Amino acid sequence: MNNTMPNLSRRSFVIGSAAVGSGLALGLNLPFASRLARAAETTPEITAWVVIKPDDSVIIRMARSEMGQGTMTGLSQMVTEELECDWTKVSTEYPTPGQSVARKRAWGDFSTGGSRGIRESHEYVRRGGATARTMLIQAAADEWKVPSAECAAANSIITHTPSGRTTTYGKVAEAASRLPIPKDVALKDPKDWKIIGKRMRRLDTMDKLTGKQIYGADFKLPGMLNATIKECPVFGGKVKSFDAAKVEGRKGVRKVVQVGDSAVAVIAETWWQAKTALDALPIVWDEGESAKVSSATLAAALKEGLGAEQAFVGNKNGDAKSAIAGATKKVESVYAYPNLNHAAMEPLNATARYTPDRCEVWLGTQNGEAAFAAVLAASGLPADKCEVYKLMLGGGFGRRGAFHDFVRQAVLIAKQMPGTPVKLMWTREEDMTQGRYHPLTQCKLTGAFDSNNNLTGLHMRISGQSILNSVRPEALVNGMDPATFQGVAASGEFEFGYAAIPNFLMDHAMRNSHVPPGFWRGVNVNQNAIYMECFMDELAHAAGQDPLEFRRKLMTKNPKHLAVLNAVAEKADWGKPAAKGVFRGLAQMKAYNSYVAACAEVSVTDGNRVKVHRIVCATDPGYAVNPAQIERQIAGSFVYGLSALFYQECTVKNGRIEQTNFHNYNSMKIAQMPKIEAIVMPSGGFWGGVGEPTICVAAPAVLNAIAAATGKRYRSVPLKNHGITLV
Amino acid sequence: MAKMNVNGKNYDVDVEPSTPLLWAIREQIGLTGTKYGCGVAQCGACTVHINGAPVRSCSMPVGAVGAKKVTTIEGLAPDGVLTKVQKAWLENEVPQCGYCQSGMIMAVTALLAKKPKPTDADINAAITNICRCGTFQQVREAIHAAANA
Repeated sequence: MNNTMPNLSRRSFVIGSAAVGSGLALGLNLPFASRLARAAETTPEITAWVVIKPDDSVIIRMARSEMGQGTMTGLSQMVTEELECDWTKVSTEYPTPGQSVARKRAWGDFSTGGSRGIRESHEYVRRGGATARTMLIQAAADEWKVPSAECAAANSIITHTPSGRTTTYGKVAEAASRLPIPKDVALKDPKDWKIIGKRMRRLDTMDKLTGKQIYGADFKLPGMLNATIKECPVFGGKVKSFDAAKVEGRKGVRKVVQVGDSAVAVIAETWWQAKTALDALPIVWDEGESAKVSSATLAAALKEGLGAEQAFVGNKNGDAKSAIAGATKKVESVYAYPNLNHAAMEPLNATARYTPDRCEVWLGTQNGEAAFAAVLAASGLPADKCEVYKLMLGGGFGRRGAFHDFVRQAVLIAKQMPGTPVKLMWTREEDMTQGRYHPLTQCKLTGAFDSNNNLTGLHMRISGQSILNSVRPEALVNGMDPATFQGVAASGEFEFGYAAIPNFLMDHAMRNSHVPPGFWRGVNVNQNAIYMECFMDELAHAAGQDPLEFRRKLMTKNPKHLAVLNAVAEKADWGKPAAKGVFRGLAQMKAYNSYVAACAEVSVTDGNRVKVHRIVCATDPGYAVNPAQIERQIAGSFVYGLSALFYQECTVKNGRIEQTNFHNYNSMKIAQMPKIEAIVMPSGGFWGGVGEPTICVAAPAVLNAIAAATGKRYRSVPLKNHGITLV
Repeated sequence: MAKMNVNGKNYDVDVEPSTPLLWAIREQIGLTGTKYGCGVAQCGACTVHINGAPVRSCSMPVGAVGAKKVTTIEGLAPDGVLTKVQKAWLENEVPQCGYCQSGMIMAVTALLAKKPKPTDADINAAITNICRCGTFQQVREAIHAAANA
């Protein structure tokens, strides 16, 4: 990735293709953006994906954000596949949201979350590459005065087949940029792919090895000041007063400002000056009613929801309640999952420059358009006077996607220093205590058996926070949050894998709190996988059956779910004895349209020292664009998921989050890293996600293995609360 | 005013002696490869070398560094030729977001200087950096690759 800002007006030859589909849903309402359109119809410059310079270098422009997951490399592979350009000459660049809006969203959706980066843009980016190739070939054919059908392109070289004449993309790029955009270009059959599906090298590694890579935290402008901020630690509280005079005389401090009605910031020459001044600034908060809330009161509200009459039904089959009432044997368990912070390595930050005529912001964001919308709202300026420039993210995991509270703050601060660029960067402590937390839930599961130990009924009652109710209430369906049922849904990308259970019911008693919930890598599959897959093991145990065989009987209607489960069982030698003291556990789920399963191997010593030796993981994402990066996402997702399982929770006392830094919100280190063996088994015909799906199977597979080792079921996490140490 | 030697160059920096080395490096000298992650020596993103030893610069006051030689990620390959650790990182495609990797590479470089052929146990004891992307499997492979290069 280039560190430089894209300069879309520079003299280079823009080859386009904006033959994009019209099926993309807008994630937000922007003043000028209604739907995708062919920008070429309204602007002399052709859009959008491919820039080719005279030296044959290829710049691929993408709206999605790179935050380590490799999406820019994967998307570039897709463009390159159809463009038939030289991969060694490819680099990438971000268009700006302002440009995109002005050009009727020529680059499509900027949102990079929900593991959608590739699976929801593969078609239009491949078409972008194919269209550009068609135009380049046409330009060469025109120059040679031969039919384009007699010409072919490979590796950025165009050949007139009958004569053997050749030219390069760089030489015909300018002529190609003036051609009309062909309407219908054919895409390759997946069996002909040469770049998609290969372990191509990431395009963005080098600068990350030398310190050259510029993240938002590193960005500088001439004359820039630095700020840091403190928001009322009780969510929903306000600033009552603060004593600016106490710190205004400190060296480097330029201004102490209130930000909205709930935060105070110090602006100084350096960030360290701002930080130390803010630490010394007396602030009195109006904490409000929520200051009475604690984890105990939140848990009590959720517990009540477990037995509540009213609940939203997310999925059902037959009559689970009757099956349970008439059961020969019943099994019932209650599970709980905490609030969690994203804790991306790079604390939240944004640099803003405001004048009454223009507002610009530089930041790492998972959604440039959402950041842009936040700039418009906070600045009060129209879209043609605002711009957002995207920088590399030091991790996102959902915190930098739907939430641009820090962008609003940066703009509100910059408005109090017109003309001077100000970089706002949060402390880690602010990042920990002003999160958008993984939702707090509990779950009661009830299973019913007949006299032959057949599972006849299953009721899953979820009680707890809804993300959509807080973040996107317009997405609720008659009050219900469908995302609550991720992994146990009736159909679609989170389809339940045990459809053969004759009677089942999944319902949700929504119990919200003042703690703002958010999308956290994997979102609701994290807890639903623990709830369902650990309970499946409990049911198998109650029936006296092998956990794999027990599941298989319930998966006869879900062959793709079963295929990944079988794959991990086979590779992990399920059914054969493990090494002495080693025990195995299984889990499977469909998430983000990929089928995933895991088999974990653990040993437990002294009753509480857990070693995770190995996890075999399988994923069927339909198509595997870059298996090397998929393997890394699997291993990485397990680190994120297992860190939560063993260490992490955000608890509430006096209305505020108690955990403030990595010393009390621990994260796994290399010493605890198990060996991850990935099975990437794309079966074709659909597109599944990669970054998030596998996270959810790590925790239940490990919990099931711990239960196999110890006979103990831990139904609440993190495991540190049960005295367990990960070694 | 404090005197510093960073990557072989001498600097006079205008900060209080209590200012953490991290912020002198980032805000006074202007080298931003060394990252702020936690500020309390927990994550290791700010790891630099002082006289060759790995130090978490967020918790090291400038006043305590004095004239000792500080090396940052930018100082590892000043002539553009990657070190064997950086090469192993490139070959094994270790970074994801990359934000922690400056500190990770500095910690590993110091480990290999002391123990050229570290065992897995040596690695577990010496490398305690946090990586939220979860690159540890590649980190371990790359350390062994660098040791055998």
